[in-house]
Amino acid sequence: MNIFKKTIISVLASLLIAGNINADQIKIGTEGAYPPWNSKDAAGNLIGFEVDLAKELCAIMKRECTIVEQDWDGMIPALVGRKFDAIMAGMSITDERKQTITFSQGYADEVASFAVVKGSSLEGMDTPEGINLSLGGSAATKSLKTLTQALDGKTVCTQTGTIHQNFLDSGDVGKINLQTYKTQDEVNLDLTAGRCDVALAAAVAFTDYAAKSGTPVVLVGPTLSGGAFGNGVGVGIRQAGDDKVGKGDAQLLKDFNKAIDKARKQGIIRELAIKHFGFDASM
Amino acid sequence: MDIDLIITSLPKLLSASLITLKLLLISLIIGMFLGLFFAICRMSKNIFIKQFAYGYSYIFRGTPLLVQIFIIYFGLAQLEWLKNSFLWIILKDPYWCAIIAFSLNSGAYTSEILRSAFQTIKPGMIEAGKSLGISNKIIFYKIQIPIAIRQSLPAYGNEMILMMKGTSLASTVTLMDITGVAQKIISTTFKPIEVFIIAGSIYLFMTFCINNLIKLLEKKYNF
Amino acid sequence: MELLAFGKTGWGDELFYATLMTIAVSITAMLIGFLFALIFTPLKLSKYKFLNIFGNFYTTLIRGVPELLVIYLLFFGGSGAVMYVASIFGYFEYIEINAFLIGSLAIGIISGAYSTEVFRGAIKSIDKGQFEAAKVLGLSKFTRFYKIIFPQMLRFAIPNLSNVWQITLKDTSLISVTGLVEIMRQSRIASAFTRDPLFFYSIAGLIFLILTFLSMKLINKFEAKYMNKF
Repeated sequence: MNIFKKTIISVLASLLIAGNINADQIKIGTEGAYPPWNSKDAAGNLIGFEVDLAKELCAIMKRECTIVEQDWDGMIPALVGRKFDAIMAGMSITDERKQTITFSQGYADEVASFAVVKGSSLEGMDTPEGINLSLGGSAATKSLKTLTQALDGKTVCTQTGTIHQNFLDSGDVGKINLQTYKTQDEVNLDLTAGRCDVALAAAVAFTDYAAKSGTPVVLVGPTLSGGAFGNGVGVGIRQAGDDKVGKGDAQLLKDFNKAIDKARKQGIIRELAIKHFGFDASM
Repeated sequence: MDIDLIITSLPKLLSASLITLKLLLISLIIGMFLGLFFAICRMSKNIFIKQFAYGYSYIFRGTPLLVQIFIIYFGLAQLEWLKNSFLWIILKDPYWCAIIAFSLNSGAYTSEILRSAFQTIKPGMIEAGKSLGISNKIIFYKIQIPIAIRQSLPAYGNEMILMMKGTSLASTVTLMDITGVAQKIISTTFKPIEVFIIAGSIYLFMTFCINNLIKLLEKKYNF
Repeated sequence: MELLAFGKTGWGDELFYATLMTIAVSITAMLIGFLFALIFTPLKLSKYKFLNIFGNFYTTLIRGVPELLVIYLLFFGGSGAVMYVASIFGYFEYIEINAFLIGSLAIGIISGAYSTEVFRGAIKSIDKGQFEAAKVLGLSKFTRFYKIIFPQMLRFAIPNLSNVWQITLKDTSLISVTGLVEIMRQSRIASAFTRDPLFFYSIAGLIFLILTFLSMKLINKFEAKYMNKF
């Protein structure tokens, strides 16, 4: 009975003693399921472009950082709820997100692309290499028309709460059967399993998957950027406020912007991008 | 609290509750048949049939429903021979995967409920009926079945509620049930508390309805 | 089998630690659940209508809402609620509740609702005459509870508490939203990495089966020992 009592007391004690955040320490939230941006290795460690970049940025800022794992669907609520102070999770800067949080300048840019399993009827679409929805133009309009025809009634898979879902929801590609997943890994699994006719995500997410898994996943159609796809990937930070935390957040934004400037100038971002993506995705 | 968000998301969540109800009803019905089948198997004199039924119930009651759904949805999709068979037509659809998982799970619990209900039927009752000159058929339908139903109603009511809550896991395999739609709304509004409170209230209302249904049935079978 | 190797290449050690985490969370949650039951069982059995409503509200709410939602609500609202309470007492700093506690607390609240029902049922099934007899013997209220009611209640409760334990154990599979790496989250990570969900989710299922099997054996042993006392 004594051990029993002791356990109860220690549990109670740990409940009451809730740790206080170290003011100098920055907690950075990432997903750990979106390679090559961020993922986990077989030893359970967080790895990827953003994990490396976060370490570099913190070194430049001379601040101590811890990287925290957080599911994608709770990323912004967790930031707002102060579970961590910054997001580095391949999160594109969009107006929709800016209503709730703020972003540093972009550190990397990604283009989105559709992908299919080799042998799909969707291969060989007659479209330009890439379109930018913000710029518009006749080529973009024509490509969207081609996509709308090709995707009609098809099952299109993407991750929940992403720019890719926003784009598919926007109606730019007409009537599709949209299927959303908790993680990109699950999208990849179902694309190869044959449940999805086609999937949409960052182009590198598919090329990385195809290279590592050896599955015949290929990109189709034009690469997509601008418009619903936002303006590059940046560090997500809480909106500034008047209280102590709000002021700290404003400072953190400034610090991150400065650190990104410096990392860019020193070629650190470019180097890391080439290491993880195979090409220079820095911006 | 964002009242506007609550008002705008309520209709979306309510229409999603139709999917939840559909999943629940179909799974409960299939689960009932599975449960009846395995409960009868459990009473078999053949040791293999008995053990098989026991194993089924043990496995499905001893593992989390989430694991079961993931094995059926993501796991089975890995098997090439399965994907080349006619079964893939069913397993390709997340809706049917969820129903298969829920039905098998519900079947395991239902088989336990029915088994213990059958055990409460005492041979004395049948004897009594026989000595009164009542036919076996009437004994079965008018005495055994009503008593078994009365016995298992409270436990089955619990199972219905557990299953209703279980359907929220359909959202993990892309289905847009109440939880799925709630998560979708949160993914653009970033306000989980408000949305989950409404979603929770809808589930709670369903629980309330099931509870009252069971109470009504208990009254009907009370003698 | 290579996939289950210990060390850097395999997932054996990760799954082992994840299993320990599941056990730790389950036990903590079960104990937190007992605390809740300790508060709410008397409320449900109270003579006062008002207290009854309070007790019923807890059990009905928790047992009627999907576990996943309860966990989400606590995860996103938990820190906020604690900070709000703290602010009433003039404390405005950020209060962090770590993932383990949030997870255990969420499962504990759920587990507590079931435990409350079990204890209530157990007390109700004690023969009314016992209360009277104890009173007549002139035993104090304290002795009456601890020497007469409590042991009997436990005897009635243990078989049903083993069900609550099973529910609690299985519910831990849902707390991966808190970022806690238990069996389910680890299997998810491993199957994403190796693209072998069938293998890893089957392993996860197997681990849960072994855990339920072993814990049932343990509870039965305990039950047999305890029952002999009467």
